[in-house]
Amino acid sequence: MKRRGAGIAVAAALLAACANSPPPKKAAAIPVNEDPFPSTYRAYPGAPTVIRGATIYDGEGGQIDNGTIVLADGAIAAVGGPDTPVPAGAVEVDGRGKWVTPGIIDVHSHLGDYPSPGVESHSDGNEATAPARPDVWAEHSVWPQDPGFSRALANGGVTALQVLPGSANLFGGRSVTLKNVPARTVQGMKFPGAPYGLKMACGENPKRVYGNKGGPSTRMGNIATTRATWMKAATYKRKWDKYERDGGDMPERDLAMDTLRGVLAGKILVHNHCYRADEMAIMIDLSREAGYKIGTFHHAVESYKIADLLAKEGICSAMWADWWGFKLESYDGIKENIPFVDKAGACAIVHSDDPNGIQRLNQEAAKALADGRRAGYNISDAYAWRWLAINPARALGIADKTGSLKAGKMADVVLWNGNPFSTYTRPDRVWIDGALMYDAANPRLRPVSDFELGQPGEGDVK
Amino acid sequence: MIRSALTALLLAAAAPLGAQTVVFTGGTVALGDGSEPIPGGTVVIRDGRVVGAGVGIPFPRDAEVIDARGKWVTPGIIAGFSRLGLSEVDLSAEGTTDDKAQNGPFSAAIDVAPAINPLTTTIPVNRADGVTRAIVAPNVARSIFAGQGAVIDLGADMDPITARRRFQFVELGETGAATAGGSRASAHVLFRNALREASELQRFAVAVSSGGDVEDRPERDPIVRDPNESRLVGPNARRSEDVLLTRFDAAALVPVLQGRQYLLVHVERASDILQVIRLKREFPSLKLVIVGATEGWTVADRIAASGIPVIASAANDLPSNFEQLAATWSNVGRMRNAGVKVSIGMIDDNDTRYLFNQRQYAGNLVGLQKVPGATGVSWGEAMAMITSAPAEAIGLGGQLGSLRSGKRADVVVWSGDPLEMTSNVDAVWIDGVRQPLETRQTKLRDRYRDLTPNTLPEAYRR
Repeated sequence: MKRRGAGIAVAAALLAACANSPPPKKAAAIPVNEDPFPSTYRAYPGAPTVIRGATIYDGEGGQIDNGTIVLADGAIAAVGGPDTPVPAGAVEVDGRGKWVTPGIIDVHSHLGDYPSPGVESHSDGNEATAPARPDVWAEHSVWPQDPGFSRALANGGVTALQVLPGSANLFGGRSVTLKNVPARTVQGMKFPGAPYGLKMACGENPKRVYGNKGGPSTRMGNIATTRATWMKAATYKRKWDKYERDGGDMPERDLAMDTLRGVLAGKILVHNHCYRADEMAIMIDLSREAGYKIGTFHHAVESYKIADLLAKEGICSAMWADWWGFKLESYDGIKENIPFVDKAGACAIVHSDDPNGIQRLNQEAAKALADGRRAGYNISDAYAWRWLAINPARALGIADKTGSLKAGKMADVVLWNGNPFSTYTRPDRVWIDGALMYDAANPRLRPVSDFELGQPGEGDVK
Repeated sequence: MIRSALTALLLAAAAPLGAQTVVFTGGTVALGDGSEPIPGGTVVIRDGRVVGAGVGIPFPRDAEVIDARGKWVTPGIIAGFSRLGLSEVDLSAEGTTDDKAQNGPFSAAIDVAPAINPLTTTIPVNRADGVTRAIVAPNVARSIFAGQGAVIDLGADMDPITARRRFQFVELGETGAATAGGSRASAHVLFRNALREASELQRFAVAVSSGGDVEDRPERDPIVRDPNESRLVGPNARRSEDVLLTRFDAAALVPVLQGRQYLLVHVERASDILQVIRLKREFPSLKLVIVGATEGWTVADRIAASGIPVIASAANDLPSNFEQLAATWSNVGRMRNAGVKVSIGMIDDNDTRYLFNQRQYAGNLVGLQKVPGATGVSWGEAMAMITSAPAEAIGLGGQLGSLRSGKRADVVVWSGDPLEMTSNVDAVWIDGVRQPLETRQTKLRDRYRDLTPNTLPEAYRR
């Protein structure tokens, strides 16, 4: 309620600003609707709930043993020790022997745009018709009935995720951040207030896809096309900035340039698929030339080689624990990538890019944790949960709303049936905005997508 | 003559170097035979074989003693189904993949053994994570028959082959339908025709000496003489004019038809599984193993009754295609409970390089025991499914996969429970020979562990 109200207030302020401008000679600029596909997500009702006796990782590095957490009105009401005050009548959950964490946030998913079953009819993740397609929006490809969402929830404890276009293009299009709550429409899943992202890519994929389709066919071609596109965006931005300032005839709108202008204005966050250290360094210089900031390098298999640079630039790396060698730009992958990036003081994130991997990001973090410790980087389990919670929330621009168990934040919470860094552990219950969306003990609290109705294994524990 | 010469050669290749008695004391010992782990156990190996394992096993005074207190000692993990050693870089790196011959004239006659490169960097990476053997199959290209697979070891030497031409691999599900021209019906006709063509040549084949020949003695009794050298392809081996297969391909199927070579059949859908069971009735001499079987749980009783072993992909829980609609993590446990001989392989997963994930999947199956409505497996069974069970599926259980006396001494010492991702490998023996654990990855790690500028570039650090 509060969040929606705030959105309306902002819109009203914008309108007021226009109305109060001094009468211009030219016609006043007509504001462009920047949110034509608005979120219709509503938090489902939840009862005030208290979980007692659990080990709590707060997602920012803190740990509370024998902790108490209170969820009320969709938000985290309180987190603390056994003495934490609890509202009368709250639903009591026994957390003894269990763990409580903020829900896992996956910054790199293709659920919905490459859904299961992965047949040709469902291949909606790459608009591989031209290397620069910032005009396409991943949300227009997301099929909300992808059975993968339910697996990410029930097996993975994933409460929010970013769905990106693929990496065939240098400019893949806009991403969308979703609440992992089933809905009939993608709008019903859109994370309220989350900024858009722009998917960019360097390296092998664009040059492979376009090598025989008019280019680019080389890495230098990739960079040239990327720079040229940003230069066009700068011109477009000047034109539109002037129009919005001075009014007059509305310039022609270009969906691709709209997205890039949003990046240059700092409203849209850049998510750059990039494997090699040398290419990441080039993209950093390129971003400076074009006048934008790279938020996160995705896959970032060689981040460990330039972790100092990434720390200095304040750029996150979204990484796998152990993927390597499936193509040449991933050949130098090492198992200590995630801990080494973290150790350098840079922002480290465990991501999936995979409908199976998204179901066990906690275990992937466990691998990185163990490999880091073996290499002499001794950090606590609670600290490592940052890679799954507050760091991805930062990368998505939603860290003020979710990503850690702080009072006032959205109650996106997982109760695990054991240590979440163990292969033997699964979610026991998952709350999203304080609503119980999954309960392992209750078959009625397990989402079944339309696609799976009437199919073998409908409603089965997956 | 040929046989005895070959036998001598194989014996020489199998003889371990540096054979001596090694004893592992004080660790938690898992035998890999389905039993639960034994705290404070002892494992004794000598001359490349296990002498004994359990509590209070005597050992000679001059043995090399490995203090395993606080550690776990297990048999090496066997990749139940893989393409290990056939691919250095999977995509866009021509010359580095040998898993299939897209434009080659042969199918069933293909033998992966000459293509296996023991210096592929995937081998040390998996060895360093406790994988010591792998079942390696070719991929299909233009026929339903992929060719003949091998069992390899991951030792740091140039003799990777444990059992050459151990099995033939055929696709009879979606992939089989596609390679057969577009339908499963076509695949089944092609399959029967291939056996017909093989049976024509069978008249010229050596007699089957006894039914027991196929079991357990790969190095002394190679089950299939090289079809490419056999008199099956000589001038006396007349064939009818109505043939589809090359003579080599038809000849390669003779040992399959005779039951002297295993036939691994990849199917996922319940109805496809039942067709394989029918094949067993139609051709009783076939030594069938079902690979995949994602929907196996729905017909588990019938698989169990057929006695056909299954090498399953443990981590399938999405309807990733229309032959896996009933996918669930409980598949393995439910088949096991019905009496099916199940093991875990990397079919439908990354089969060239992430074989080390098998232990993670095995741990996940154990964890499933805590999930209401799911069917998991015990720790001992899960461990067996990635050690002795795949060996048994292809008749090598007498040789490989457990710490029972007489087995090949493939031993791994772990820092903790091997089914937990927080445990690392401390040491590996293959055929009784201690193995190096250094990899390209560990060298890259050590080069970039410290990013402080030095007097020389990073390229000088090693």
